[in-house]
Amino acid sequence: MSSKEGSGGFRKRKHDNFPHGQRKDEKNNVNSSSSLMVSFKSFQLELDTRHDKYERLVKLSRDITIESKRTIFLLHRITSDPNGEEILNESEAKLEAVRQKIKQVAQELIGEDMYQFHRAISPGLQEYVEAVSFQYFIKTRSLISVKEINKQLIFTMEDKEEETNTPSSNPHDKQLCTWSLKVTPVDYLLGVADLTGELMRMCINSVGNGDIDTPFELSQFLRQIYDGFSYIGNTGPYEVSKKLYTLKQSLAKVENACYTLKVRGSEIPKHMLADVFSTKAEMIDREEGLS
Amino acid sequence: MSVSEMFISLQGVLTADQDIREEIRKVVQILEQTAREILTLLQGVHQGAGFQDIPKKCQKAREHFGAVKTQLASLKTKFPADQYYRFHEHWRFVLQRLVFLAAFVVYLETETLVTREAVTEILGIEADRERGFHLDIEDYLSGILTLASELSRLAVNSVTAGDYSRPLRISTFINELDSGFRLLNLKNDSLRKRYDGLKYDVKKIEEVVYDLSIRGLNKEAASDAGGEK
Repeated sequence: MSSKEGSGGFRKRKHDNFPHGQRKDEKNNVNSSSSLMVSFKSFQLELDTRHDKYERLVKLSRDITIESKRTIFLLHRITSDPNGEEILNESEAKLEAVRQKIKQVAQELIGEDMYQFHRAISPGLQEYVEAVSFQYFIKTRSLISVKEINKQLIFTMEDKEEETNTPSSNPHDKQLCTWSLKVTPVDYLLGVADLTGELMRMCINSVGNGDIDTPFELSQFLRQIYDGFSYIGNTGPYEVSKKLYTLKQSLAKVENACYTLKVRGSEIPKHMLADVFSTKAEMIDREEGLS
Repeated sequence: MSVSEMFISLQGVLTADQDIREEIRKVVQILEQTAREILTLLQGVHQGAGFQDIPKKCQKAREHFGAVKTQLASLKTKFPADQYYRFHEHWRFVLQRLVFLAAFVVYLETETLVTREAVTEILGIEADRERGFHLDIEDYLSGILTLASELSRLAVNSVTAGDYSRPLRISTFINELDSGFRLLNLKNDSLRKRYDGLKYDVKKIEEVVYDLSIRGLNKEAASDAGGEK
């Protein structure tokens, strides 16, 4: 990269009547064993190590994001699938796989300042929070706490032995200790904010399947979350306040759905409700596109 | 725990975080003030008369760095020691500025590049992350790049002041620095942008050297300073 930049510099100088030859001679005169060059070589190593680690974490974070998204899609199927238990089990297995990835992240971060690499892993962690809280909601109809999430992210030696892939590639394996990764409160908040979008989708889907109770439960739950976010308001970081708007929209959709259910629920047969809502949802989407 | 209780405790965490940031900002403001004072002091070297009392100016600047040390020491106490990078953004800029100032003083004194260890000693902070409040390598390099542009200015002004040998020495120095930076594989970040500016400093100094050599003024300089062809 830097050589490209350098040649760009030379090209620019072509218009000057500047002695190129002399410049190159001077370059060669720079003693490659001078103390300055030696220290820059160590800087090179240090920067490369840091960038490599960062890139590895970005990759892991993307893997976490993808797997979490898949888990969420899987969980959405629960509204139409009669065999809910099986889907929950499958999602649990998927989340366990995600946690193994997070464990790798935790291993990368041993002895490091987590915040130095926070930007690399934050998107993945948010997506994970979204998936895990979605599953938790389906199971218990309540909101998972940060504590609960972090409890699942404490990894121990025993875990490692059960795991078959990459048995001894990491020098920290031999260390007999537990290590953990903590989801920061802000990551948690952003994950929960995304969760509300999924809940909205779930609400519309369940109406489509003739499930009348879920939408009301969902709107109740979403309202609680919305109240919580309003309480935090704009004291949090910028990203949180940005999500507040989307959250409001999701809530509005769910509330409108509940309204329609209440008003028309009595007159339309259950199997036809789906049509009413799919057009309704479309209308809302179109409005959004216009604004 | 109910949803609202959860959010109340989260809000508590966020408020605590903001309080820490507020405290940090206060100290950083004072640091910036001190840095400006040192800068103003050192700017004197660009003036014609300033070239004579460079040692005296360096001496004075060194005294100011004592204040910097105590201010940085108080900054250290404002946040948990293991969360340096959580609040890094707050002092990044001023720390780079201070590295530049320290590097400038050291250059004026000895005409060498200050090492990372020497900077941390002047600033009273650590060189290793493990040992506490430290100097991030990227901040060190950024500060050094600022030194490069300051030296290109100094080269121009020393000619104006009638010192023809200094630009030649600066040129050698900057060339070595440039080769050093060429070793680094920089990502497309702010440091990379700063580095891209280095070639203009190199060019500027080379132009000065060229102007001097085409008029034979460097011969004059070589006779009383010696060394450069």
